[in-house]
This record gives sequence, structure tokens and C-alpha cells, in this order.
Amino acid sequence: MKKLLVLGAGTAGTMVVNKLRHRLDADDWQITIVDQDPTHYYQPGFLFIPFGMYARHDVVKPKRDFIPPGVDMIQADIEEIEADKNRVKIDGDRWLQYDFLVIATGTHLAPDETPGLEALGDEGPDNIHTFYTLDGAMKLEKYLRTFQGGKLVMNITEMPFKCPVAPLEFIFLADWWLQEKGLRDDTELTFVTPLPGAFTKPVASKALGGMLEEKKIDLVPDFNIEMVDWDAGKIVAYSEDEVDYDLLVSIPLNMGADVVGRAGLGDELNHVPVDKHTFLSGKHENVFALGDAAALPTSKAGSVAHFAVELWTENFLRYIDGLEMLEHFDGHANCYIESGHGKGLLIDFNYDTEPLPGKYPLPGIGPFSLLEETEMNHWGKLMFRWMYWNILLKGKEMPVPALMSMAGKWSVG
Amino acid sequence: MATEVIGGVEVHVDDEGFMTDPSEWTEELAPALAKEIGIDDLTDAHWKVIRFLRDDFAQEGQTATLRRVSTMANVPTKELYQLFPKKPAKKMSYISGLQKPVGCV
Ligand SMILES: Cc1cc2nc3c(=O)[nH]c(=O)nc-3n(C[C@H](O)[C@H](O)[C@H](O)COP(=O)(O)OP(=O)(O)OC[C@H]3O[C@@H](n4cnc5c(N)ncnc54)[C@H](O)[C@@H]3O)c2cc1C
Repeated sequence: MKKLLVLGAGTAGTMVVNKLRHRLDADDWQITIVDQDPTHYYQPGFLFIPFGMYARHDVVKPKRDFIPPGVDMIQADIEEIEADKNRVKIDGDRWLQYDFLVIATGTHLAPDETPGLEALGDEGPDNIHTFYTLDGAMKLEKYLRTFQGGKLVMNITEMPFKCPVAPLEFIFLADWWLQEKGLRDDTELTFVTPLPGAFTKPVASKALGGMLEEKKIDLVPDFNIEMVDWDAGKIVAYSEDEVDYDLLVSIPLNMGADVVGRAGLGDELNHVPVDKHTFLSGKHENVFALGDAAALPTSKAGSVAHFAVELWTENFLRYIDGLEMLEHFDGHANCYIESGHGKGLLIDFNYDTEPLPGKYPLPGIGPFSLLEETEMNHWGKLMFRWMYWNILLKGKEMPVPALMSMAGKWSVG
Repeated sequence: MATEVIGGVEVHVDDEGFMTDPSEWTEELAPALAKEIGIDDLTDAHWKVIRFLRDDFAQEGQTATLRRVSTMANVPTKELYQLFPKKPAKKMSYISGLQKPVGCV
């Protein structure tokens, strides 16, 4: 009996077991998946919670509902990975042996790495928030209910972090929400980022930067935060620049699972360096990393995980039969960007091609406009939640190709 | 591709002046590159960072980020800002003859 062990039952891990269970003979292959948390979170939905557009029940479901029959699911803390011995320790003294290991433990918030952000826990002042966890998003929703205006600052701590468009979406939605509440004139909105512009890739950065300007949201680029000064109500950069806030909304440092770091499998942020086409660890020929856990030069996003798992599955089936893996994965990412007032944008890109304007053809539903605000794109984003729970996680075919296509895109010269 | 003469040596550079061929770089070039961006004296502390960047690049094929330098070479970010004022990521890679680190997507 061969053993496939999957660490983490989030977006990526869940898709992996769903894709593979019916492709691997149950008489020959045992598939086990381990996760510490019985709840599956639809993380893209966290964005809407502070503004009362979604509630808790819209974004949680039991993990079990998404694990197919024939897969052993264990709820436990993953404590040690001994890749040299092909085994993983859970629950203090239980060792799981494997033939192949998939690390899909994601990336999590590490606020303690930035002095002053500990306030995101239960200590310190109550005007420091994040919407990157369900708890955080719910606390922020409560805080906003009594918000009276002032300086609202959205700050990104450091690259890389998951879903790099979410902070922009947050500030666009905040702008809209404040208008609805009659508070926009009393609120200064500032977007503070370590990047040189609104986004990493030049064409999108320009388009999104233009939208910030239109909405009268200040952009402070190249800001590498060193600390939060609670008493003075300001964030301070290593360069000694400062930005004042009355309400700070932060994306803290994102780090891969500690257990990955302890096992010596991670980089400086505990993300696993892997081949960017095959996801195979450079150190062990039976260890893969998928989803946010992997260190790859593309976005950490559910859509990327989805495209990656789809191609990886075919490759894995070749690999176990001794065939060479095909170097297919192109870093394809496809993200809806909520821009407020019931509209949204769509961007589609990969390792080599930055987000371009044009049309995104989607058989039967689309086309969606790329890099342009439309109501259709907003509906695309809302529809995505249904697709996530009902199609994507269960490993069914999505009506989107895994590899990026240039169809409908315009080149920008 | 454009070339520039730095410290008496002709090297290939991009439009921002970063060297494009890491193999054209030698330790002798570093002081001249540093002068170009207003750093007149390369101390041991600078050299620790430069050598780490070069070694790390040789292994990883990409320029280390500030976070990577601070954890792997044990040079706190604060110090990197003192050594390479205002824009340490750009300045340290410029002097080391490497492309600036990609601020990943
Ligand atoms: C606010 C927000 C908005 C987002 N919006 C979008 C969007 O619009 N579009 C998009 O494509 N993506 C979006 N994302 C990103 C998307 O949610 C993630 O990229 C995706 O969920 C990654 O999947 P994953 O399986 O790699 O990690 P996860 O889904 O995070 O799963 C990791 C799992 O590993 C488990 N785990 C970790 N360590 C251990 C351990 N030691 N022991 C046991 N279990 C462990 C965790 O419990 C978790 O279940 C958003 C994310 C956030 C936070």
C-alpha cells in the first residue's frame, strides 16, 4: 500500500484529495489529510464582513463536508516533519509514515513580528485592526459601527502576502461605505504600502493608482513599517517617515507554518522553495508544496492554487509512474477586484505576462472586462463564493482554463 | 543593451543603471558603484551585506530581500537602513552588481 500524506485541508489540500481520490486506486493508495482546525474558511469573504455585506455564516463550513469518502481525515496539530525519514509527527507522539508528502499548510499572520501590532490580539488600543482573519474582520465590523470619521490608514507590512489585491479592495469598499454613512467628508483615507505603487505590476499599478486618485485616497508608496506608535497614533517606517492614523487597518507579515521552518524546509518566511513549474521541493524528491505554503514568484491566491493543483494532479500521476513531469504551470492568477458601488475589475496574469486590459472570455457566462470597472465583474466576485464551495473545493471542472490565455487581451505598448 | 563605464570598466546596465550581468561584477567595482549613489566609504558592515548578497545570489539565482538579509545574515533591517540610507534594497543590490530584489506579487 502506497501512502500519500497531505498537510493542511485548506483550499489547496482539499482540492488535492478531491482530484486524486478517484484517480488513485483505493487498493493501492491510502490518502490521509491532516488539519488542526475543523472549520473551512472562505477567506475571500472576510473582505466583506467589516462592511456588514457578509456575516460569519457566509464564510464557514465544516471541513469534513469537503473531504471525499476514502480519504482519512485527521484533526491534529502537525508538529514535526522528518523528511529524511519520510514521516510526520502529530498529536505529541503519533508518527505518520508517507511515500509522498504534499505540504499545503498555507500562510498565516505574524503580527508579533512588528512592534505595536501585538495590539491585534487582545492587548493594547482598540483602533488597530485587520480583516485578514475571521475574528479580526468581525472585530472591525463592530468597531466601524461607532466610527465617527478621522484618519483611516490601510497598511501593508511586507511582501509577499496572500491576495495582494485585497487591501486595495478594502480601501475602495471603505470609500463607498463611508459615503453611504455620510462620513466620507470627515474621513481621510490613506493607502500605505512597501511597493513603489498601488500594485506590483506596472500596467495594473497605473490603472489602480488612477482609481485611488479619483476616489481621493492618498497613496504612500515605498513605506517599510518598523513599528506602530500607539501613544502618538502613528506608524513609523525604517526610513523614519511617519503616517498618522485614528484607525489603522493592517495586513501583518505573512509567514508559512512554523513546523515547515523547524523542519528546515522553508525560506526566511517559512515558505517552501519549490520548482515553479512542478512544485517539487528542491531538497526531497517525494515532497511537494502547493498553495500559499509554496514560495513562488506569483500571487498567493485561491485562484493560483486552483490552477496549480489542476496541472499538478496530472503531473503527479505521471511522476508516480516514473514519467517525467511536464513543465506546464505558468503562474496563472485571475483575481476579481471589488471597487465599490457594486462594481469590480478583473485581472488575469502569469509569471511572464502582467495584467492587461481587454476582455476575458468565459464560455456561457462572460465575457468579463479586464482592468476596467463593471457591474458584471462585481457579480463575478459574488458568484465566486458559490463556485468555491460547490465546484472548486470538490475538485470539479471549472469553466476557466488553468493556463493563461492571451485571447481578448490588448498589449500595452 | 546599454553599457556604462564604472571604475574604469565597461559593464552592461539597464535603464535604471543596475548591472545586468552579475558575472561582470568584481569586488573592485563595489567602491565605484557605491560612490555613484553617494556612499563614499564601504565599511566591514557594508561588505558583510555585499558578500552575503553575492553568495546568496550564486546559490538561489535571485537577489535577497531585506527580510532575507536580516534573517540569514543577521543584519537587522534598521542597520540596513543606516548602511544604505533611504532605499536599502535598491542600494545594496546596485553596489553588489545585482538586480533589485523582486517585491514578489
Ligand atoms: C481577506 C482575504 C481575501 C482573499 N481574497 C481572495 C480572492 O479574492 N481571490 C483569491 O483567489 N484568493 C483570495 N484570498 C487568498 C486565498 O484565500 C488563499 O490563497 C487560499 O485560501 C490558499 O489556500 P491554501 O490551501 O494554500 O491555504 P489555506 O486555505 O489557508 O489552508 C491552510 C491550512 O493548513 C492548516 N494548518 C497550517 N498549519 C498547520 C499545522 N501546524 N497543523 C495542522 N494544520 C495546519 C490550516 O488550519 C489551514 O486549514 C484571500 C485571502 C484573504 C485572507
